[in-house]
Amino acid sequence: MSELFKVSSNPHIRSKATTNGLMFAVIAALMPAAGFGIYNFGPRALAVILVTIVSTVLTEALFGLCKYKKDFLNNMTITDLSAVVTGLLLALNLPVGIPLWIAAVGGVFAILVVKMLFGGLGQNFMNPALGARCFLLISFPAAMIDFTCDAYTGATPLAALKAGEPVNVLDMVIGRTAGTIGETSVIALLFGACVLLLLGVIDLRIPGSYIAAFTLFVILFGGHGADPAYLSAQLSGGGLMLGAFFMATDYVTRPITVKGQYVFGIFLGLMTGIFRIFGPGAEGVSYAIILGNLLVPLIEKITKPAAFGYRKGGKYRGSTYGNKKREKA
Amino acid sequence: MNKAGERLFNGLVKENPTLVLMLGMCPTLAVTTSAVNGFGMGATTLVVLALSNLIISLLRRVIPKRVRIPAFIVIIASFVTIVQLLMQAYLYSLNKALGVYIPLIVVNCIILGRAESYAYSNPPIPALFDGIGMGLGFTVALTCIGAVRELLGAGELFGLSVMPDSYEPALIFVLAPGAFFVLAALTALQNFVKARLRKAGKPYDKIGSGCSEDCMSCSDKGCSRRFYDASGEEEQAAPAAGAASQKEKS
Repeated sequence: MSELFKVSSNPHIRSKATTNGLMFAVIAALMPAAGFGIYNFGPRALAVILVTIVSTVLTEALFGLCKYKKDFLNNMTITDLSAVVTGLLLALNLPVGIPLWIAAVGGVFAILVVKMLFGGLGQNFMNPALGARCFLLISFPAAMIDFTCDAYTGATPLAALKAGEPVNVLDMVIGRTAGTIGETSVIALLFGACVLLLLGVIDLRIPGSYIAAFTLFVILFGGHGADPAYLSAQLSGGGLMLGAFFMATDYVTRPITVKGQYVFGIFLGLMTGIFRIFGPGAEGVSYAIILGNLLVPLIEKITKPAAFGYRKGGKYRGSTYGNKKREKA
Repeated sequence: MNKAGERLFNGLVKENPTLVLMLGMCPTLAVTTSAVNGFGMGATTLVVLALSNLIISLLRRVIPKRVRIPAFIVIIASFVTIVQLLMQAYLYSLNKALGVYIPLIVVNCIILGRAESYAYSNPPIPALFDGIGMGLGFTVALTCIGAVRELLGAGELFGLSVMPDSYEPALIFVLAPGAFFVLAALTALQNFVKARLRKAGKPYDKIGSGCSEDCMSCSDKGCSRRFYDASGEEEQAAPAAGAASQKEKS
């Protein structure tokens, strides 16, 4: 037993999860929604998806080339697939009829401004895909809310719901409605979410508290009480499922504390409810999530757990004996 | 005369108030929705800055150190009022476009900053040129920001349509977030150019000779002309004021 063991500094427990693996799981889980989007809206949806993915990956590669120059190949960041996920998520958040150059601009904005300028993967303060969606929504409002295409000419179900028109909930669950490419089919999204849950890539804390808080808000303030038809339409309409399972759970922009994740989910639910019911537009998931992203450092600060042996707030607890002695003195 | 040129260069390039010192952000972000607005705001500030610097420098031995800030404000506010009345009379549309930001020039930190850090401790001619240089720097920066925002956000430049018809303007650039994007991009650009110059062995800041009177970025800690000690003769004349400045230092 005289053998020397090499003891390194913590952490000692290693996970087998790699960035590549996680990103690949997310891409695979998004495939049903993307596939349904292409089936639903036609080949143009595929073109939008390809354009955003190419623009995000190219932007990241060019950024690396500018930054590292000759050392570029040793510092390849596009192989971690995160740019592909960003591009795919962005495409699923765009209407099918969007001009392709606008989709490409969105991809460039997502990677260049939101992600790489803040330090690359792991440093971005908000979800790049959602940041780009909001950028496009403000920049080109006409193109971004024009959901008419060959298959559908009417308003999105949420807009119809807000206007008080009847909606077909079954169609919404299957996804045969107008909307962005990836948000329409609840079944496809939930299938992908189940895959991620089973693989342990995400857990139910954020989506669960998000959807629960949103449901409660709609029951209280929606004006229809607990009417199941209205509730299910609100839950399956718009980007709620896509946002709750695929974007609010983004590892980089969610709180890392367990309590914080519940706080984050509840905040997103409240904000989405406020935007949808009291706001001028019918949808509010993307704004709710990027607002939540901005609050993450604060949420983490107040929900930071106390280290063993320390009181909340970081003061050393010490022994009771020592405390009594000090009180006497 | 070299001194005047040095001051102009300092304001335009070396210590550009917007892109280097990051002063006066409120009008920078708020009124630069078009190149004309940016230029108008810059020019208005330039006039006030140059004149207030001149007057404050002329009065620097009369204004007691303790009440210098209120005195500066009174001088600056007088010039702002004059400029505003003139603009209402002769440039009504620009006056309307700039709105509340013209009266707010009174509290513009560039003007107050230059009065405090330069005009109050320097002779009138350099102070006047310091004001003109700083004002020009502000004008150029604001016009550039306004031009980029107008070009991207409306497809126009100085009100003329320059982009092809197929270009769809990105509205975000004429809204508040666009101001931040463009300001950050231009700041990065000028840092990039300066870093390049420095690397090439052509430091942009080596102009003029000796002390540049730029205490903000001067590395000479033991300099006898450092900011609060600059008016050495006044401290001898008014020991109380000198004591006050000592307190401020600690």
